[in-house]
Parts: sequence; C-alpha cells; structure tokens
Amino acid sequence: MRGVDGVHDLGGMEDFGPVVVEPAEPVFHARWEGRVFGIGAILTVQGLASTNTVRHAIERMDPSHYLGSPYFEHWLTAFATLLVERGVLTREQLEARAKGPFALSRSSRAPRWSADEPAGPRFAVGDRVRVADEHRRGHTRCPRYVRGKQGVIDRCDGAFALPDADVHGEDAPLEPTYSVRFDAAELWGREAEPSAAVSVGLWQSYLAPA
Amino acid sequence: MRAAALEALLTEKGLVSPEFIDSIVAAYVNDIGPMNGAKVVARAWVDREYRQRLLADGTAAIAELGFGGPEGEHMVVVENTPEVHNVVVCTLCSCYPWPVLGLPPNWYKSPPYRARMVREPRNVLAEMGLDLPESVRIQVWDSSAEIRYLVLPERPRGTDGMSQEELAALVTRDAMIGVARP
Repeated sequence: MRGVDGVHDLGGMEDFGPVVVEPAEPVFHARWEGRVFGIGAILTVQGLASTNTVRHAIERMDPSHYLGSPYFEHWLTAFATLLVERGVLTREQLEARAKGPFALSRSSRAPRWSADEPAGPRFAVGDRVRVADEHRRGHTRCPRYVRGKQGVIDRCDGAFALPDADVHGEDAPLEPTYSVRFDAAELWGREAEPSAAVSVGLWQSYLAPA
Repeated sequence: MRAAALEALLTEKGLVSPEFIDSIVAAYVNDIGPMNGAKVVARAWVDREYRQRLLADGTAAIAELGFGGPEGEHMVVVENTPEVHNVVVCTLCSCYPWPVLGLPPNWYKSPPYRARMVREPRNVLAEMGLDLPESVRIQVWDSSAEIRYLVLPERPRGTDGMSQEELAALVTRDAMIGVARP
C-alpha cells in the first residue's frame, strides 16, 4: 500500500563501503551535539516535536545534505524546520542569529491521510503475509526493501498510532503491529547470503494475506 | 553556530532553559549507557528465572533493575544460542534502546551499516571482527516499528565462578547490539 522512496530508506542499498567504527567514541562529539539532543527532548515534552514529525522533517532534507552531514545536524535541521513551519520562529531570525545560511528541509508533499476505521488484529503468528507494493509520498515506516515481499508473522506486538497518519497531527488510528520474518533469499534473490533472515516491524495496513 | 542560534532563540522565548539542557546531556553522558544493559545480561546469566522473565517480557524484567524511559517503552530481548545469532539495525533512522544502551554510536546510524546489515549480515559481521561459522543462522532485527531490541549474548566459557559484577564487566555494547561476542 505504501512505501517511501526517500534517501533515508537505506536498507539494501549498494556501495556505501565499510562500516567505520570509531574506537572509544564519546556520546557527543562536540558540545553542539549535546545541545541539539537536549533541545529535542524539551521540544518533544512541549509537543512541538514528536517522533514521527521529526522523522518526517529529517526525511524531507535535501538528499545531498542528508548524506553529507553528521547525525545531529539531521536533528537540528528537523527542529528548525518544524519550528518555522509552526510559526514559532522564522528562517530570517535563525539566519540572523547564526550569521549565515540555515538550511531547512523541503516542504511536505504528503497528501492528507484518510484514516481507516480502527481494526483488530487480522494476523496471527505463523501467518504468511505479503507487504503491499505501493509508492506514496509522505512519511511511512514501511521500508522499501520489503515492499512486495512475502514473509511470516513471527511476533504480534501491540497497537500503535499509524505513523503515516500520526505525522499529520491527526487522531491517528491505533493499529496492530507485527514482526514479519523474511528469508534472505526472498529479499535478495540469488545473491542472498545463506542461512539468514530479516525480521521487520510493520503496521497492519502495510500487510495483506499472502 | 546554528545550534547555538536555535538554543538562544528558544531560550529568549522561554521554551528551553540552558540548565535543563545541561541536565539532559549529563544524564546521557554519565548515567544512561551500556553499563545498564550489561547488568541486565549478567543477571540473566546467573538467574534462570530472571532470564525467563526477560525473554517473556523484556520491558518488565528490565524495569525490575530500575531501567526504563524514552526508547525503552517496548523492549524485546532476543537470545543468542549455538544455532542462532541475533543482530539489530534500524534501516530507516537510528532506533536504539536508550535506557539499556544509551545513545547509539555513529557507525550504528551510518549509511554503510544501515544499508548493508540487512543485505549481507555475515559479511558485515566478519568485517567488524565477528566471524560466525556457517552452521550459525543469522537473524537480523530491523527496528522499524515501536519495538526496541536487546541481544542477550551467550555466556562465555570459563566464567563459572564469576560474580554478577565480574560478568557485567565482560558484556560490551557491541555484544548487546549483536556485532560482537563477549
């Protein structure tokens, strides 16, 4: 039903090279990182930011900015974007205070969400399911690499607000979520590593019976 | 510069206070980190009933030791065995169990780890120093929804006489993500 095509949706992408591990890495690499983290915690408590609105604001960053900037710059850009969009601050204020350009995320192109009626669990452990294969603008938590793929429900989790609707600040329906296990060969075909599986947390409306 | 600009503007509006930010930073630098998860793992190694509770309801068993909070509200603990090795990733962003592991290291949030761990886990683990025998099945957990995962590593051999505290000192952050063994 929905899938994202954003640059943040990285599962399975090629040619990123080795994982670079920094020995004895500090929690924050510079003072500003900790400040941004703290600001985020406070804005969340105040209702000016939420998990899904922050994620969506990060996903709307220019792709080259997203890939080329340190992690906490994603948060900084998202908070500034959300505060400007909500009229708390203006871009001009930010740039005047920063004495230079202040990159913000692009405007949302997500269509309004017409929520389905709340539904009880449709699946049980062991059921075979297929992930809906649809490209859709806006925020979702259905990764591209499982779209259209078949898997097996390996755990039933609780009902949580559907991110695709929650991001609009609507009363998002609570939907059952599941851990769905995919064999590596189903995801990656003949190049799959042997004896591996990936389990992905998915909302019910991303799934159909297989 | 931009972070300072944002903080200054929000402080002037009375929306944030620098002292409150200080306290949040201090908590995640000093108190909330993998030493918490290590206590959970060590307890599970010495206490069979705790281990069962931990695997049945991770959130509740972790709360018994006093750990909980943001990004730890819905915990699932997955157990390594001689047959199955578990490893955790978040391909879409950076989901990570803060109360037991603290904030994630940069490599966990980096495009190479997020792109490759779901596609070639055995290769990535080998590159990171963990060569698993072919007989071991690899189970990757992509925490794209609300569950946060903690890997319960196998207790190392030759640790029979050790106290819980000594055992906790053997448990690394990387072992609880699943990219290393203790």
